[in-house]
Amino acid sequence: MSVVLVDAGGTNIGSVRYALQRLGVDAALTADAAAIRAADKVILPGVGAAGPGMARLRELGLVELMRTLTQPVLGVCLGMQLLCADSEEGDTACLGLIPAPVRRFVEAPGLRVPHMGWNQLRTQQPHPLLAGLGDDDQAYFVHSYAVPVGDWSLVTSDYGEAFSAVIACDNFHGMQFHPERSAAVGAKLLRNFLKL
Amino acid sequence: MLSRRIIPCLDVRDGKVVKGVRFRDHVVMGEIVDLALRYRDEGADELVFYDITASPEGRSVDRGWVERVARVIDIPFCVAGGIRSVDEARAVLHAGADKISVNSPALERPALIDELAAAFGVQCVVVGIDSLRDADDAWRVRQYTGDPTKTQALARKTLDWMTEAQQRGAGEIVLNCMGSDGMRQGYDLEQLSIAREICQVPLIASGGAGAPKHFRDAFIEADVDGALAASVFHSGAIAIPALKHYLHEQGVAIRL
Repeated sequence: MSVVLVDAGGTNIGSVRYALQRLGVDAALTADAAAIRAADKVILPGVGAAGPGMARLRELGLVELMRTLTQPVLGVCLGMQLLCADSEEGDTACLGLIPAPVRRFVEAPGLRVPHMGWNQLRTQQPHPLLAGLGDDDQAYFVHSYAVPVGDWSLVTSDYGEAFSAVIACDNFHGMQFHPERSAAVGAKLLRNFLKL
Repeated sequence: MLSRRIIPCLDVRDGKVVKGVRFRDHVVMGEIVDLALRYRDEGADELVFYDITASPEGRSVDRGWVERVARVIDIPFCVAGGIRSVDEARAVLHAGADKISVNSPALERPALIDELAAAFGVQCVVVGIDSLRDADDAWRVRQYTGDPTKTQALARKTLDWMTEAQQRGAGEIVLNCMGSDGMRQGYDLEQLSIAREICQVPLIASGGAGAPKHFRDAFIEADVDGALAASVFHSGAIAIPALKHYLHEQGVAIRL
């Protein structure tokens, strides 16, 4: 099985690559359209802001390619948000592969932004990506923008209000948290993705 | 619900984990990767590595061990130590660190915080503050605390600096309360509670943990997001699994 990591400039690419290596998969880091199209699985990592993230995909000429992929695709953190329709962060039009908006967390007393740390995962819809996920399982989040709950939500989490932790639409999937930094729970979800 | 974080801190000096009392008299505690793996297995929520020799010596952190840690560790970790530029921060983040923490270099040149936040987003940028109470009862910032012969007392008040750091783009604040550090008599709840009132981003308590109750008090009374400790974990005086079960029983949201 070939797995590629789309090199869109995010600083967590190394961490995601190491996490896959721990699962026995050596993922190639690439921005080459042919290599991405030919892969069995495509992962779009990402840390940073939505505007520069989309600009980087445009510079690399990968926007239309991403939209036409038919194999399982996983966006992680900002990568997940780039799969969505649009983001409030810099009023950015995203890839539009999952028909969800991305909104900023509203600061409130006791609600610090960024949302940073381990939070509980609550399954909303069964999906092969979630095999073995338990109700007490937690994952590590670091983000200031989030996807609201909708038809696309497979898993939600709570921070002031419920938001999407795992989303999916057709062959496109996203995880708001960092599976590469979520210990055994993250490894389980990455393994599930590799089996899709 | 967001869990409160238990964060072992590994002070790194010349490639080894060390610990001193009141930031002085360092003794070697073990190898970096061995200790990192041990804490990951015990259920630590995050790790912080401080290269305590980096800032006083005016050099950047050695990156070799950052990559070695990133390969084996599947929990988040933060690296601190003499990061003075966007390029140095990028190198550490690309080696696999999740966050970088700046302390003395941000005091030298506060615009560093703005530059790091613009380059990587506020979520990657932690500002560490070493704070000590002066004779006039005000808390003020200390610089270059990694080397007692070079440590400087600044005129800058801790709370003023905390406010400025947030305005410039700090995504998290670690408050090292030097008066309680290494004493194992509890976190400085008075200072942390006052800091909490002005801290809109995650606040991490540091300095003084000696017993499980000290963690409970920091979370419940000072409302901090995470609690950092070193010697009580390195020595085995507090085992992380037992600590987390105790906190859970005390009603603290925790990852078990």
